[in-house]
Amino acid sequence: MRQMTYSEAMAIGIQEALAEDERVVLMGAGFGGLRGDPAVWSPLRENFRDRITNPPIAELGYCGIAVGAALTGLRPIVAIGTGSFSFEAFPQIANEAPQAHYGTRGQVTCPVVFHMRAGIRGAGALQHSIAPQAMYWNTPGLEICVPGSPADVRGLIKAAVRSDNPTIFIDHERLHPVVGDVDESGGDVPLGVADVKREGSDVTIVATSIMVPRALEAAATLADQGTDAEVVDPRTLVPLDKDAILRSVAKTGRVVVADETQRSCGVASEIAATIAEEGFESLRAPIRRVAIPNVPIPYHQAEEDYITPTAGRIVEAVQEICR
Amino acid sequence: MTTAGPAVDTLKDALHRMMLIRRVEEQVIDLATSFDDLIRGHYHVYIGQEATGVGACMALGPDDYMFTTHRNHGHVIARGGEPGPVIAEIIGRTTGYNMGRGGTFHVIAKHLGVLQTSAVVAGGVPMAAGAAFSIKRRGTDQVSLVFFGDGVLEEGAFHEALNMSSLWNLPLIMMCENNSVHPEGRRQGEQPSSSFAATQLADVARAMNVETHVVDGGDAREVAALLTGLVGRTREGEGPFFIESRLTRWPGNRGQFPELIGGPHQMAWTWDPGTADERLQDWLANADPVSLLCRSLVEEGAMTRAEVEEIDATARQEAEEAREFALSSPIPSPESAMDHIFA
Repeated sequence: MRQMTYSEAMAIGIQEALAEDERVVLMGAGFGGLRGDPAVWSPLRENFRDRITNPPIAELGYCGIAVGAALTGLRPIVAIGTGSFSFEAFPQIANEAPQAHYGTRGQVTCPVVFHMRAGIRGAGALQHSIAPQAMYWNTPGLEICVPGSPADVRGLIKAAVRSDNPTIFIDHERLHPVVGDVDESGGDVPLGVADVKREGSDVTIVATSIMVPRALEAAATLADQGTDAEVVDPRTLVPLDKDAILRSVAKTGRVVVADETQRSCGVASEIAATIAEEGFESLRAPIRRVAIPNVPIPYHQAEEDYITPTAGRIVEAVQEICR
Repeated sequence: MTTAGPAVDTLKDALHRMMLIRRVEEQVIDLATSFDDLIRGHYHVYIGQEATGVGACMALGPDDYMFTTHRNHGHVIARGGEPGPVIAEIIGRTTGYNMGRGGTFHVIAKHLGVLQTSAVVAGGVPMAAGAAFSIKRRGTDQVSLVFFGDGVLEEGAFHEALNMSSLWNLPLIMMCENNSVHPEGRRQGEQPSSSFAATQLADVARAMNVETHVVDGGDAREVAALLTGLVGRTREGEGPFFIESRLTRWPGNRGQFPELIGGPHQMAWTWDPGTADERLQDWLANADPVSLLCRSLVEEGAMTRAEVEEIDATARQEAEEAREFALSSPIPSPESAMDHIFA
């Protein structure tokens, strides 16, 4: 067990995936973004130089090339960079890759990983702050990983690469410096298995990606106020571990769903709807969503902070339903 | 063309494949127009382009990849697909190559190296470049060939894939079937279009340092000879290549729903285009790849009219049997819609 940052754990996971299977190739290697720590990312670039292809600025073209390569025996990880850049490649990500297996009734597989950094990073403004996971959740045939801790990002990237399905892998730039324990001898984190990040009895906070550390911060504040919150991290949206969420809600009877996508048809909406539909009898209070209001992302920090789902907003939502 | 064309025996096989495509597509049109519930949406047939598909596929080996489009029926048969599973797929039966999952837009045949058929304009080009990328990475001598229509050059996906295939010297052959050329223009000339600014399609690829060729797409021999050379050079690492196959649109190919003008093709029209419907005469005389090959084989003394008609009779019978096979095949169970979302 060693303490490391989220970005270091991701770099280790990607290198382990490359070392385990020579079919794994990287289309681009800018996983760390513009502020990526060279000490973290240089080993990957140096150790696997021959497995990295640096493409031109052509998301649609190189995502399509990755799809074609995945159909024919490779297992590409595509470093798209900022999540909204994947919109440039939407025809290949949403309209080719997820159809390959279904369209042949299982004869063909498309084991490609589309990696992107998404969410409100701070001054990303209108076009570099968008979190597209809810859009991809509306595209059957794509798996979606949203790891919120160093151990999970390492374990999930390996599982995503090993999966025979196309996978959207979304991290968050504000998670990169987050430090956590990582068992370096550990294996994959299986897709579709939630993790209870904190046990509690009074209220459930379902949190994904960047909202996991924020939910844990909120839970600490709530504990000081005498409220014992349980934090459940689905870790993957597809497949979704509904049982773990419903189990926790059955225990606590109250739930806040926290996610950094827009409120309408967002990640929190789908999880809340699932709880309402399948766990209604457990509920002793209305479900609350903590999400981004239905606005684009503004530039100035004052406005940006105003629309960002924070630990404080989670605390407020919990207080509302635990009166 | 300096490369020798295929031998006559191979040409007979090619003629058979071309006629099989023609007769299968006629069955498809008949099924679409005779039944309300078999091909419920719009669809596209390959009549008039048979020489390009068959000529190109003659040059491919068994392990090569082929990508096609919404106009895929003929390409799959040209690649060696059996007409029964092709028609069964087109009408959504479980004996189809993808067990009826894809229908007319998405005939996929894994055993023929056809792994995904995109019905989105230019959808197949990046994926075909990706197959070529994979070939190069894995170090095999396979080739990835992609067919597409001239409209693909209007899409950004084409230009991105073209750039990368050129930058990375991918073993990719881009076969652009320009089916909007008047007969006299097939061997030369410009391509004025209201929706594309370049007047020569091949100029676009040439500007990206890709070797380009223009071929008369109605001449199966010319296509086969060119592709045989280019496939060999691609295996040697000289790819990618871009080919504009100049074709004349079959008069029945109008809008989204084709029409068999005057009914199924009659061999009498091939020998004497003047006996056909007026709307077909110019096309039969100057552009129909099947009629052009039939007449030239007879004129050269390679085959008699009777021998040609015998091949056509065989193809017609195969297409009829394929239709019966498809019609008598089971439909998918409704709940199978939920199968195979994930591996």
